[in-house]
Amino acid sequence: MDLDLSAPHSMGTTIIGVTYNGGVVLGADSRTSTGVYVANRASDKITQLTDNVYVCRSGSAADSQIVSDYVRYFLHQHTIQLGQPATVKVSANLVRLLSYSNKNMLQTGLIVGGWDKYEGGKIYGIPLGGTIIEQPFAIGGSGSSYLYGFFDQAWKEGMTKDEAEQLVVKAVSLAIARDGASGGVVRTVIINSEGVTRNFYPGDKLPLWHEELEPHNSLLDILNTSSPEPMNI
Amino acid sequence: MDSNQAGKQHSLMGSEAASERTLYPYVTGSSVVALKFKDGILMAADMGGSYGSTLRYKSVERLKPAGKHSLLGASGEISDFQEILRYLDELILYDNMWDDGNSLGPKEVHNYLTRVMYNRRNKFDPLWNSLVLGGVKNGQKYLGMVSMIGVNFEDNHVTTGFGNHLARPILRDEWHENLSYEDGVKLLEKCMRVLLYRDRSAINKLQIAKITEEGVTISPPYALKTFWGFSAFENPTVGAEGSW
Repeated sequence: MDLDLSAPHSMGTTIIGVTYNGGVVLGADSRTSTGVYVANRASDKITQLTDNVYVCRSGSAADSQIVSDYVRYFLHQHTIQLGQPATVKVSANLVRLLSYSNKNMLQTGLIVGGWDKYEGGKIYGIPLGGTIIEQPFAIGGSGSSYLYGFFDQAWKEGMTKDEAEQLVVKAVSLAIARDGASGGVVRTVIINSEGVTRNFYPGDKLPLWHEELEPHNSLLDILNTSSPEPMNI
Repeated sequence: MDSNQAGKQHSLMGSEAASERTLYPYVTGSSVVALKFKDGILMAADMGGSYGSTLRYKSVERLKPAGKHSLLGASGEISDFQEILRYLDELILYDNMWDDGNSLGPKEVHNYLTRVMYNRRNKFDPLWNSLVLGGVKNGQKYLGMVSMIGVNFEDNHVTTGFGNHLARPILRDEWHENLSYEDGVKLLEKCMRVLLYRDRSAINKLQIAKITEEGVTISPPYALKTFWGFSAFENPTVGAEGSW
């Protein structure tokens, strides 16, 4: 496959949003690709809309950025007029409005998540086409194909904050293992009544899955730690 | 309604010509099946939102009330259905604001929807849905359908999508005037079960809605039992290995 550096930047991506008892956890990988080249290996796909609402972006990098920029702009004005923080529902519906009205041109799937005093932690999925759907958890991006089964089995209602974050990190990491368009680090954002916490899990700190090996600095280190070992088939 | 037009151009490109798109749907709902019974209309739909071949969303409500006297069921693109619900919301609101004691009946709502669907089709910009509109007003039962190209009709029983092929024959055979509520529900469930067996995009989680003069009731989500106990199912390829 040729290196097409003028191909539009697309975030292959794995994005996840999960509610827990008290708030939400948003998670994403960090790979942005231009064709087969990884244009940015440490992108931040979890973007702030307001103090209490964030959005996970997938699909076309440009489209998702412009939508989130417009929504941030509108929400800023809305917050001033309203005199209090915008609700997650309003934020999600603004995203829907733009996605739906411009469905011909946009190619972006988004997950809006946040916390407000009326409804607590909420997650809204807004896939291609501009459908809005409130869910206890949402997955999106190309990597999500590999997670439907995982979540069917591993998801449960009423998790704690730490359980929810561990689930998200495990899931993104599993998707990265199998989806070529996802990779890099796992970023999480936890939003609750107390505020927002950003976490960062670099590639080398993620668990290893089937057929993955422990990373080393060099072969020489392996050879020097023990006497020559027979290779196992 | 003028405000509809005003609200429509939320485009990011300033001057966008009325888009000439005959798109494709992304998140779609499967069949809707409905019939008239003694006291009104019964309507059934599963709660699936498919994304191509993936059964992506499993809690999509595809049956919604529209005002006091109508019930709307939709198959096809869910985002377009959500937009139609907004249009209807506005229609009903305006109707209520007249505060003249009159309210839009199912026939009027069906007519409105037909106009919307047909006019969008004429602009090569369809709302990708098949809609079922049922209701009762002043004792008169009404059940109609509109397709994405504006074809509309009313009948004693209507179906969308796969339902046309699988459920219609059952309804033609077994529907009759003055069905009781129980018989109506059983008949709908018979149709939904067949759809579950034979429609790839059906899921086993459905709702049945009832509309009568008293109002709308939408059941909580539930699942149907299926039967697999035919002896022929156990070893179907004995005697013809490799076949199915």
